[in-house]
Amino acid sequence: MRGGTETAARPGAGSTSLTRTRTRRSVGEQAIKVLLAGAAVLSVLTTTGIVITLISESSKFFGEVGFADFLFGTSWSPLTGGESQSFGVAPLIWSTLYLTFIALLVAVPLGLGVGVYLAEYASPRVRRIFKPIVELLAGIPTIVFGYFALTFFTPLLKDVGIDLQVFNGLAGGIILGVLVLPTIASVSEDAMSAVPQSLREGAFGLGAAKWQVVVHVVFPAALSGVVAALVLGASRAIGETVVILVASGNNPNLTFDLTVAHQNMAAFIANTARADVSAGGVAYATIFAVGATLFVMTFALNLVAIRFVRRYRQVYE
Amino acid sequence: MTVAETSVTRKVVERASSGARTKDLLFRSALLLCLFVAVSFLGVLLIDVAIDGVPLVTPEFITNFPSRLDPERSGVRPALIGTLYLMALCAAFIVPIGVAAAVYLEEFADPSRWWNRVIEVNIQNLAAVPSVVYGILGLAFIVRGPIDIWGLGQGSPTLLAGALTLGLLVLPVVIIVSREAIRAVPPSIREGALALGATKWQTIWKMVLPGSIAGIATGVILALSRAIGETAPLILVGAIAFRLSDPTIDGQFSALPIAIFGAAVEPRDEFRILAAGAIVVLLAVLLLMNSLAIYLRNRYEQKW
Repeated sequence: MRGGTETAARPGAGSTSLTRTRTRRSVGEQAIKVLLAGAAVLSVLTTTGIVITLISESSKFFGEVGFADFLFGTSWSPLTGGESQSFGVAPLIWSTLYLTFIALLVAVPLGLGVGVYLAEYASPRVRRIFKPIVELLAGIPTIVFGYFALTFFTPLLKDVGIDLQVFNGLAGGIILGVLVLPTIASVSEDAMSAVPQSLREGAFGLGAAKWQVVVHVVFPAALSGVVAALVLGASRAIGETVVILVASGNNPNLTFDLTVAHQNMAAFIANTARADVSAGGVAYATIFAVGATLFVMTFALNLVAIRFVRRYRQVYE
Repeated sequence: MTVAETSVTRKVVERASSGARTKDLLFRSALLLCLFVAVSFLGVLLIDVAIDGVPLVTPEFITNFPSRLDPERSGVRPALIGTLYLMALCAAFIVPIGVAAAVYLEEFADPSRWWNRVIEVNIQNLAAVPSVVYGILGLAFIVRGPIDIWGLGQGSPTLLAGALTLGLLVLPVVIIVSREAIRAVPPSIREGALALGATKWQTIWKMVLPGSIAGIATGVILALSRAIGETAPLILVGAIAFRLSDPTIDGQFSALPIAIFGAAVEPRDEFRILAAGAIVVLLAVLLLMNSLAIYLRNRYEQKW
């Protein structure tokens, strides 16, 4: 009995307090873990918020406008009243994809060229200088590119002799290409730098010239990363707003003609919101219907890109 | 010695086929041309903006309110203050949440669990969602919608709503960069702390976070410089180009990209050129932030 009390008073008390601290600690640790997880879950809530917003608001839109009329109609003038009001999104999708195509025509060769040069040819010193410069290009706000396209590039193209309207698809598309160039350059450079040196050495050993090694060995080995770069670039070009809004005007055009105005989906959304259409009207609802279309397109592209990026990581890391 | 030998062998092989050598030269020149074109675009853009804009940036340009009547006396004061407010509020929002999410994903999350993989793919995907879509979210959910936080919006655009929208937009960037910084802390540091009896959280708080602070700070600054350069989401949440009083957190506001946009779409040339002045101010702010990032990285970066 007495011995029992003694143990309770000394090492026993020590051990209870020790266990108690440990429990209190582990409760605290657990609480911290839950808090941190909550912060991570916020990102999922953001996506959920976007999806809920787009679905609920565009369902109001599709209550008034037929789904087929929206998707396949070839006339887009949602903001005019009366008879001439129509909701065919095709011209808007056309202008979006067409401008993206022009942008990629500029950005893919230039971006890949820069990526290949920095990954394969540049000396460490040259890379230390030019990599930050390319990143600097990526860090310039897009509104600056828009201003540049409108006040410098369009007049320049006119001086060269191309008969352009003030707002046109050509300048917007090309500058959009310059905008996505750094994305393509840096993602493809990463992919090519991840290709193991032994592959290059093997090819050199077989007597290949440098360009043959790059084109026939490094490039195919980095292909999934290069594809990811292109898809990410396309996704950026599809979703870009202000360059097109400032440089290419406010009408989507179902035409190949680049000298006239073109409006992409993002620019339409911004322009409509700027006009401050009353909440609840059909015009307000078009923001969400077009936004949903844009979100679905870029979401699909992003998932493809993420998959490709993961593939090249799996192979070489 | 071996290096020299291989390069000699390579030279011999290359010389053997001089056609391949010409092609090599052509290929290399084509690549250099790409780099040259990209860099000269940047150069021309900066020079063009500087020629138009730098002469406009006077002390009065910084401190004056915008004017639709007299381009000589127009300024960017409310836009600049709005941008600084947005940056501060945005930082207050993204730093705790972004770092907490990064710590969870790097230190606690078990990547074999499906929900953690969902979070991860979700963050990667959010990083590539067009900014205008975040604007839609801000408009419908924060300005006019269910999370009209603390009733501040009351259905009308506020600076706080703008800051939250921009915060959500750049949160994935903060998380991704912070994760990389945390991952760069070697496991031996954690093991050492745990072996001395520290709990997991004590290890993170006392060892991992201080060790990754430089990387995290750089990431936050990069994210903020992206946030204050965004135009589209602010158009959506209702920022205004010509604001004639200083912004308040719970009231209407302007910001530099919006001021640039408002001026750039002006039909009158003498007003349109004001956009270049505002661009110079915005680029100066961005340059300051990036210099700070470089300074912090050099000053506090840990070499393990």
